[in-house]
Amino acid sequence: MTIAEVPQTETMVTLTIDGAAVTVPEGSTVLDACSAAGIDTPTLCYAENLTPVNACRVCVVEQEGSRTLVPSCSRQAEPDMEIKTDTERVRHSRKMVLEFLGSGVDLSQADQLHGWMDHYGAEPDRYGSDAIRINEDVKIQDSLYIRDYDKCVLCYKCVEACGDDAQMTFAIAVSGRGFDARISTEFDVTLPDSACVYCGNCVGVCPTGAIQFKTEYDLREADDWRPEEQSVTQTVCSYCGVGCNLELHVQDEKIVKVTSPADHSVTHGHLCIKGRFGWTYVQPTIERRP
Amino acid sequence: MTDLHLTSDRANAAEAAAIDAAIAQCGVDPVLTHEGDRLIRGGLHRANERRHALLPALHALHNTSGWISHGGVNHIAEKLGVPPAEGYGVASFYEMFRMDDPGHTDDVVHVCVDGACQIAGADGVIVSLEAEGTKVHRSPCLGQCERAPAMFVQGNQGRDDRVDADSQMADAAKVIPQQGEPQLQLLRRMGVTDPTSLDDYVAYGGYSALTRAFEMGADAILDEMETAGLKGRGGAAFPTAFKWRGVKAAEGDTKWIVVNADESEPGTFKDRHLMELDPFSIVEAATIAGFVTGAQKGYVYIRGEYPLATERLQNAIDTARTRGFLGSSIAGSSLGFELEIRRGAGAYICGEETALFESLEGFRGEPRQKPPFPTTHGLFKQPTAINNPETLVNVLGIVLNGGEAFAQIGTKDSTGPRLFCLSGHVVNPGLYEVPFGVTLGDLIDMAGGPVGDLRTVLLGGAAGSFVGTDALTMPLTFEDTRAAGASLGSGVVKLFNTDTNFTAVVQRIAEFFRNESCGQCVPCRVGVVRQHELLIRTAGRSLNGERALLDDMDLVMKDSSICGLGHTASTAVRSAIDLGLIGA
Repeated sequence: MTIAEVPQTETMVTLTIDGAAVTVPEGSTVLDACSAAGIDTPTLCYAENLTPVNACRVCVVEQEGSRTLVPSCSRQAEPDMEIKTDTERVRHSRKMVLEFLGSGVDLSQADQLHGWMDHYGAEPDRYGSDAIRINEDVKIQDSLYIRDYDKCVLCYKCVEACGDDAQMTFAIAVSGRGFDARISTEFDVTLPDSACVYCGNCVGVCPTGAIQFKTEYDLREADDWRPEEQSVTQTVCSYCGVGCNLELHVQDEKIVKVTSPADHSVTHGHLCIKGRFGWTYVQPTIERRP
Repeated sequence: MTDLHLTSDRANAAEAAAIDAAIAQCGVDPVLTHEGDRLIRGGLHRANERRHALLPALHALHNTSGWISHGGVNHIAEKLGVPPAEGYGVASFYEMFRMDDPGHTDDVVHVCVDGACQIAGADGVIVSLEAEGTKVHRSPCLGQCERAPAMFVQGNQGRDDRVDADSQMADAAKVIPQQGEPQLQLLRRMGVTDPTSLDDYVAYGGYSALTRAFEMGADAILDEMETAGLKGRGGAAFPTAFKWRGVKAAEGDTKWIVVNADESEPGTFKDRHLMELDPFSIVEAATIAGFVTGAQKGYVYIRGEYPLATERLQNAIDTARTRGFLGSSIAGSSLGFELEIRRGAGAYICGEETALFESLEGFRGEPRQKPPFPTTHGLFKQPTAINNPETLVNVLGIVLNGGEAFAQIGTKDSTGPRLFCLSGHVVNPGLYEVPFGVTLGDLIDMAGGPVGDLRTVLLGGAAGSFVGTDALTMPLTFEDTRAAGASLGSGVVKLFNTDTNFTAVVQRIAEFFRNESCGQCVPCRVGVVRQHELLIRTAGRSLNGERALLDDMDLVMKDSSICGLGHTASTAVRSAIDLGLIGA
């Protein structure tokens, strides 16, 4: 697990980003250094609580001496590196990655990307009406969460969270190849038939709404999902003594989803089935009679 | 017993027996965790040690049942401690594995539909085979372009995989066009010696390089290799001495040699010839690589569609071991070196070195971001020297004759002999050895000239580029091809005459990349699809209106893909447009 690793030494590394010297602890990534320099970088497959897979390529930057662009999320900052984050090549690649994704995937709920798509001028429609899309039906197999792979950008986050970055359950993996690659259980069996333990950590890390709470999905289907009106209440899970922080997202005085902060020292954003889904006792759906 | 969650499907007796045998052959203990080990060996740690047997186990399962049955996956999962979702994810990555029950027990004939086979009438072959009731699979290049249209038969119900053309080869007067010519270095034994006989190999100079290597010592060999200027023959042209020095200097007790024989670049068949007709030379060269770098074990990763090469190389390894040329204390020395074969399962991307490592380790063949490089983080994340067979056999000559003699051949920057695979519209297709610097035109003349009026040559394979007839005077060297914006790649020289349907040929190249992209990074996963769609959409008309879009896609694939597949996926298409083969 490489979650929130604290650098073991005090050694610092100085590199140049967009012409300015930036000093970061040894072991930091170029992305860390960009953040330290106050440069905002688009990311998609990167998350602070997961091992970088550098698959989406939206965070690429130009490195002096490198023939190709490099993914800032996984490239270690090295002394004397010269990084440029806003060259024509960088802007082009970021625009094209966003555009390619938009041309085949439903990004309507990928809120973090919308601003970047405008910023880089992505035009997902210019591949013609015949451009193939993912075209998958929503998988609703239980009352806890749904999977809508029409929205999947194949960022690998859910696979990592299910596997050795958090849950160690390995219920899902990438199957197939190329454009036909999908996140899948073995033989595409339903979740209740798979190894899934319903920790919901895949839901917690999904950046596009491809995996989401059934409660959220139902409200969105009813056109009643109103995040701007939701309140977030921090609390501690009451089930056991571990002390996981919970964030209860509440709409109309009902819990609609539960998250945990990625930087929380106990959970690193990950929960178990009880904390994630075991809150219905707070608001019983069956009215109790005296 | 494992703590894995499995569906209720169970392997049948034949599947279980085949899987268990394959796992045992990989040296993996059939007991998952011994009672006494439980406290000290964690599940994941133990599973990682066993996972390299996954691909061999999947091969065994597929060969038994004709598909990757659910019960079979569960059996493998249980034996190796691999989660079934991951086992399924790995199996579904490979072209050779069927993931649904085919409903028959017939062998399946794979017919190549790429380049040379496409223009030799592969489509017609498929139609007639299917009319006979034969089960056919449309395959990417099978590495038999000199005998197009190529076929490979995938066995079912335990029957062996085979290539029917291999049995005809035994009756042929010549196995290579230049057979027996005195100037040959790399091909001198082909068709002259019995490839199954170690005595023959030794009688024709075999194992003299290993003896000489022991006398010289590792550092002297590296110096000679550097003097020789040997560069990799797989396509990247990286200096071999530099790579080996890196592995030798790398920290770590366990180091690896990997022979990258996953020859899948459309139009390439040189390594198949080396393995089929001179297999001991690869064993000897790999042993020297182990001696120089300090690696004690090596793998040969052979593409799955090469049954004869696999058989011949396995025989060479077994014979060498029996005669003391592999194992501990090789040829009376203190050197210990072992070599093991692993079969690919149909994935062009697994020729990319880091994808090959992933595949060999039992994961999906998805390339790793570099750095770190294989010299320090290769197979099992340990220092690894990975080379193409042609590169390796060049080392034998350097050890025997010295680096200076090697550097005398060819040009200053492209030294030594080079193998070229001629196919397509050429009179005598086949494998040719020439010194670097021979012109493209002279090479084609050696092969009897073109059939019909030559229009273009695809140089370097699907990842290479089309060149026009003005390139016939171009010397075939790294530097001259680079100056012309082309590349030698893996030595592919595929000719097309003026009667060729280039719309179909170029579309097929785009389709090849679409099918072979691993899907990991966005620029390649989506870019190869949009490129193919664009070619279909614009077939037979001017591309002028689409140039900007093509340029945009080309640049992001080159700039931001993880590996060479994405970097080169648009090269041939672009060159075809520039030459006016399509879109004029």
